Amino acid sequence: MASSLHTVARVSLIAMAFALGAYLQSRGLLTSILRHWGDVVYLTRQHLWLVALSGTLAIVVGIPLGVLMTRQGFERFADIATQLVNLGTTIPTLAILALAMSVLGIGAPPAIFGLFALTLLPIVLNTVAGLRTVPGHLLEAARGMGMAKWQILLRVELPNAAFVILAGIRTALAINVGTAPLAFLIGGGGLGELIFTGIDLMEPGMLLAGAIPTALLAILIDFVIGQCQYWLVPRGVNPLR
Amino acid sequence: MIRLDRVTKAFGSVVAVDSVDMEVPAGAVCVLLGPSGCGKTTTMKMINRLIAPSSGKIYIDGRDTSGIDDVQLRRSIGYVIQQIGLFPNKTVEDNIRVVPDLLGWDRKRSRARAAELLRLVNLDPAIFLHRYPKELSGGQQQRVGVARALAADPPVLLMDEPFGAIDPINREVIQDEFMKLQAELKKTVVFVSHDIDEAVKMASHIAIFREGRLIQYDKPDNILAHPLNAFVAEFVGSDRTLKRLRLIKVGDVMLSEPPRVRAEDSLDTAAALMEEHGHISIVMVGPRGRARGVVRLEAARGKKGLVAEHVDKLPGLVNVQDDLRTAVSTMFTHDVTWLACVDDDGFYKGYITQRGITHVLGAAYRDR
Amino acid sequence: MQTINFILANLPIIGQRTVEHISIVGVAIAIAILTGVPIGILITQSKAAADRVLYVASIIMTIPSIALFGLLIPILSLIGQGIGYLPAVIALVLYSQLPIIRNTYTAIANVDPALREAARGMGMTSLQRLLHVEIPIALPVIISGIRNAVVLGIAIGAIATYIGAGGLGTFISRGISQTDIRQLLTGAFAVSLLAIVADYSLLALQRLLTSPGLRN
Repeated sequence: MASSLHTVARVSLIAMAFALGAYLQSRGLLTSILRHWGDVVYLTRQHLWLVALSGTLAIVVGIPLGVLMTRQGFERFADIATQLVNLGTTIPTLAILALAMSVLGIGAPPAIFGLFALTLLPIVLNTVAGLRTVPGHLLEAARGMGMAKWQILLRVELPNAAFVILAGIRTALAINVGTAPLAFLIGGGGLGELIFTGIDLMEPGMLLAGAIPTALLAILIDFVIGQCQYWLVPRGVNPLR
Repeated sequence: MIRLDRVTKAFGSVVAVDSVDMEVPAGAVCVLLGPSGCGKTTTMKMINRLIAPSSGKIYIDGRDTSGIDDVQLRRSIGYVIQQIGLFPNKTVEDNIRVVPDLLGWDRKRSRARAAELLRLVNLDPAIFLHRYPKELSGGQQQRVGVARALAADPPVLLMDEPFGAIDPINREVIQDEFMKLQAELKKTVVFVSHDIDEAVKMASHIAIFREGRLIQYDKPDNILAHPLNAFVAEFVGSDRTLKRLRLIKVGDVMLSEPPRVRAEDSLDTAAALMEEHGHISIVMVGPRGRARGVVRLEAARGKKGLVAEHVDKLPGLVNVQDDLRTAVSTMFTHDVTWLACVDDDGFYKGYITQRGITHVLGAAYRDR
Repeated sequence: MQTINFILANLPIIGQRTVEHISIVGVAIAIAILTGVPIGILITQSKAAADRVLYVASIIMTIPSIALFGLLIPILSLIGQGIGYLPAVIALVLYSQLPIIRNTYTAIANVDPALREAARGMGMTSLQRLLHVEIPIALPVIISGIRNAVVLGIAIGAIATYIGAGGLGTFISRGISQTDIRQLLTGAFAVSLLAIVADYSLLALQRLLTSPGLRN
């Protein structure tokens, strides 16, 4: 019974997609969307560039920062730092971009900085959380075997925390890709241009030309990272395998 | 009180319980015993219909349980599980009150009942009523679990390896307490265990299961003395006769009204008594009858003097309430073949010999 | 500095926008709880159903908010509600589903099976077990999910200004378009403050509603 329900769901979903497409075409929407194709390609490239740059920076800074916060000397600061990072994640995304703009002006740099800040926080939190859940007895065994501290980090702690860290990267990038359209508002470019202009000018064609690729891009990136999470984390520490 | 009539349970092609027939009389503690996967737990769970029988009938107090609504049935049967399962979000009092509340008891009554039950399981209500499960030790939690099962005063109690999760030392204590409780409440208890020692200690009836079948159902001593087949014999252990020792009390097999001497008696009197009874030693008692020492025949025969001058220390003692296992163990410890038996106040009540013990145990084998 | 003067001078409007903002988020969360929690409880019955529902909800979450607004606008303009309150609320309801459903599902699915067995063995019906055992135990995690949804909602609510829904994001958008740093900062701080206050208030509620027997 479950499988026939499944087929019914699938079929109706496809039917709805077709119906939507047909409807859009009937309103000339499909053609008006396609009219913006050149913009879509250009802006997508810009969009990806924003995401890639801010995301990579966030990973490169965030993971070491998370590692630092779990090191022995930093325990006193770790609590306060975690509280601050938590606080940071509560701040609405638009506010962060706006604050970046007030400090750095308009254009791509403040947008990248704002996105970097947004993406950084979940990565740090998950790195800390992941490292904290490494079972104490593994660390003890490693120390007993005579591993140096950095060896323990690289060979024991990080691999065991890998799944949680990658989950953090996945969430962070989702937030990043989700906020990237707003970069347009502070002059950073990206697919947001089509969306916001489309709303302002009340042109559904332009709007959808921006909204649909943005949504698809977000889903695609999340899928790719999900696959990374599945394949890159070794089977022994991967709850999904 | 509980009757299983050809009860069977099959999961697909796997027959977990195969046509079990048994009757548990009221007030009995019936232990379902067997290795893992033998169907004992499944059988017990069919009594309160947590698992529905594939065929066969179960009668409680004469009523066919298939005619009773599941939920109503379970509210009238106490249920204790190995993992205890106290609701962590509720206090001890609220945990105990669960079934009474479900049955609509009024608050005053259920609260009084909770306090009463805690006293029955040896937990001070003043301290424990308002504690939360996480503040209790494993043994305390399971006591509350038992109290909870008894809250609505059900006639039947089902227990699924209830003391398995408790450490061995506390387990002994809580087993003893449960037996005292049962002596007072006289519930009909069905108890699943995989531990033969626990079963021998606690059961009035033991049902041995294997691969879904009921192999032997009898009183513990009979199962130990006369295991039906090689499987049962192996399951109860090759030391089964030693296990039987637990079931018999010293007081039941000792020779009472034993001969005795006083400190002021002469050695001649002692020797004469010993010869009369055919013993090589005799117990000396104090002025009121408490066992104080022992005189040996070789020290008394043909000598002059008083008992008090030639008395030795008693080589170990045993209480009339102790079981034969303790007696035998004490005998081995002190390298003797007999022991003086005293009551709680130390008064000399009888004596027990190794020969006498083996004779009693052997009786079961000679009868068949 | 100037911003503080600005804030003091414009308190009524700030108040009004705050109310607008809270109203959008509040209504959306209320609806999301009413749909999300029951769904979360229902899917504990079937792992397959759970996987599918969570998958769909997580895909919705992946879609950038402005894109979702963008997708809703043409559809809703068919009934003349393309911009403003309705698409904002609908989008927020959709975004709130994942944290609420996932937390409800995880919390209830993770209730110790021994407790479920004890409850069943004692003669509780499924509903009674849900009310007396499973939900009280799951409550802290469920409220934590609601907290996430609220903070998220406040953030997205700020963006909703761009589709005419008003709210505190208006200060930010005007601040950007008019290059008025006072409005910008007012908006940024106001939204942030709202989010932080909501988060801590709900944390307090979470602690309050957690049975003492469950606290660490």
